[in-house]
Amino acid sequence: MGKKNAKAGSLESSDLLVVIEEKEAGEKLEIVMNSIVEKQYGDRIIEIAHEIAALKGMDNVRILIQDRGALDYAIRARIETAIERYERGV
Amino acid sequence: MSKIRVSLRKAIIASGLKNGMTVSFHHHLRNGDFVINMVMSEIEDLGISDIRIAASSFFPIHGSLVRHIKTGTITAIDCNYMSGPLAEAVTNGMLQKPVMFRTHGGRPRAIMDGSLKIDVAFIASPSSDDMGNLNGASGPSSCGSLGYAMPDALMAGKVIAITDNLVAYPNGPVSIDETNVDHVVVVDSIGDPSGIVSGTTQVTRDPVGHVIARHAADVIEASGLLKDGISFQTGAGGASLATAHYLREKMVSGGIKGSFGMGGITAFFVDMLEDGLFEKLIDVQCFDLDAVRSIRENPNHIEVSASQYANPSAKSCSVESLDVVVLGATEIDTDFNVNVLTDSSGNIMGGSGGHSDTAQGAKLTIIVANLLRARLPIVVDRVTTKVTPGETVDVLVTERGIAVNPARVDLMKSLKEKGLPVVDIVELKEMAEKMAGKPRKVSFTDRVIGFVEYRNGEIIDKVYQPAKE
Repeated sequence: MGKKNAKAGSLESSDLLVVIEEKEAGEKLEIVMNSIVEKQYGDRIIEIAHEIAALKGMDNVRILIQDRGALDYAIRARIETAIERYERGV
Repeated sequence: MSKIRVSLRKAIIASGLKNGMTVSFHHHLRNGDFVINMVMSEIEDLGISDIRIAASSFFPIHGSLVRHIKTGTITAIDCNYMSGPLAEAVTNGMLQKPVMFRTHGGRPRAIMDGSLKIDVAFIASPSSDDMGNLNGASGPSSCGSLGYAMPDALMAGKVIAITDNLVAYPNGPVSIDETNVDHVVVVDSIGDPSGIVSGTTQVTRDPVGHVIARHAADVIEASGLLKDGISFQTGAGGASLATAHYLREKMVSGGIKGSFGMGGITAFFVDMLEDGLFEKLIDVQCFDLDAVRSIRENPNHIEVSASQYANPSAKSCSVESLDVVVLGATEIDTDFNVNVLTDSSGNIMGGSGGHSDTAQGAKLTIIVANLLRARLPIVVDRVTTKVTPGETVDVLVTERGIAVNPARVDLMKSLKEKGLPVVDIVELKEMAEKMAGKPRKVSFTDRVIGFVEYRNGEIIDKVYQPAKE
């Protein structure tokens, strides 16, 4: 059986694409991020991702974020939605 | 004696080009230009090195020049605008000498006063006869105006016309005449038409762009300049062109007839000329096929040299007769200085072009910009690179409000009287930062990769190489 995964968002300007992938049993949470505003807001995006992952108890996944300059609320919404889809197995 | 040379190589040899010299090019073929790459590769094959390349602009198609920098064929660059792989290579510090960034008016000034001395000018010519009478309005690679090439043709030591469309002598109309041309070379193709001109430039459908544009047109009306004889220039980008759309509506409904539109001419301006909303168009460069057709067919569509367009040392130039210009920005600071050369991460992605020329010349200079562009606030404390000085900028129009340069007390008063949403520029900055968060400061090395030369020849800023993170 393949690994679980889910995604939310898009690569449109001012949006982001979030992909969540299941990792091997026992592996830790991993956040991979790239952004067109990485220099200015990269730390902030990683911080939000960690915060939501902790809140939702996601610890055995890889969260891939491709950001195209989204605002914080969009980043939160996309990550939360991706996690929900992941958990429902959509 | 015939001026036709059997090959580009023979023409370069005949020109006497040597190590350490300066070659020049114009950019009317834009991202469809084959000539710069063709010439530089021939120069490299001839073993000539340490060349300064002075083009009015470079586009992504000129990425192959990066190779000639690596080999030492090119060691210096002058231009008014640069985008694509070449800009990336310069940002990464590949060129030892800093690039000299000028403006569309500063370049002809530098050429005419000798501070930019051109040894050999290569002129991409959509149509030429065997004696070098040139125009850009006909042929398979037609680009319309040849304005930027005219100072080069006048002042270069040697001039080589490169054409894919040799016509019988005498060619006409003549944009650059035979008295200035030394050699003519015929090649298969000088450019890719799809990269030279776009189809028809469309007015943006972005609703935010339209809010900005409507406000910008209201500002023009409130300024008192919207009356018979108005002259107007705008960029072809998003909100700028949309402003022309709303200005046009106001002109039609008010029965107002303008004197001239200027640019960078697009189909939108051609329509305004043909519909009688402008008496004339002043054209240094055509952006689309309709503009090319119009300059070929309509005597009221006037081709001008870069000098006549914007040279501040000329006895007069067209930007000085301009009423209103609408321009874009990648950043604008709280003193109204504008950056159009680097992005907020310090990467080179453009240049003044005619930005600072028209801003200084026009009676009313309006910057139109979204308050945030991909999260980055457009209003900053200090622009990364100062290209257009704040004292030449009158108004910033965003979707969240209109900021007026405090020096324009008169304008501030009339905008407020008309009920337009005038706010302090600092307030716009705070609004943007509240939405996006305060951006972390980008760090730079102390290595200078470019000089910003203002139109009068003064160096007003330096471009530093961004630090690797």
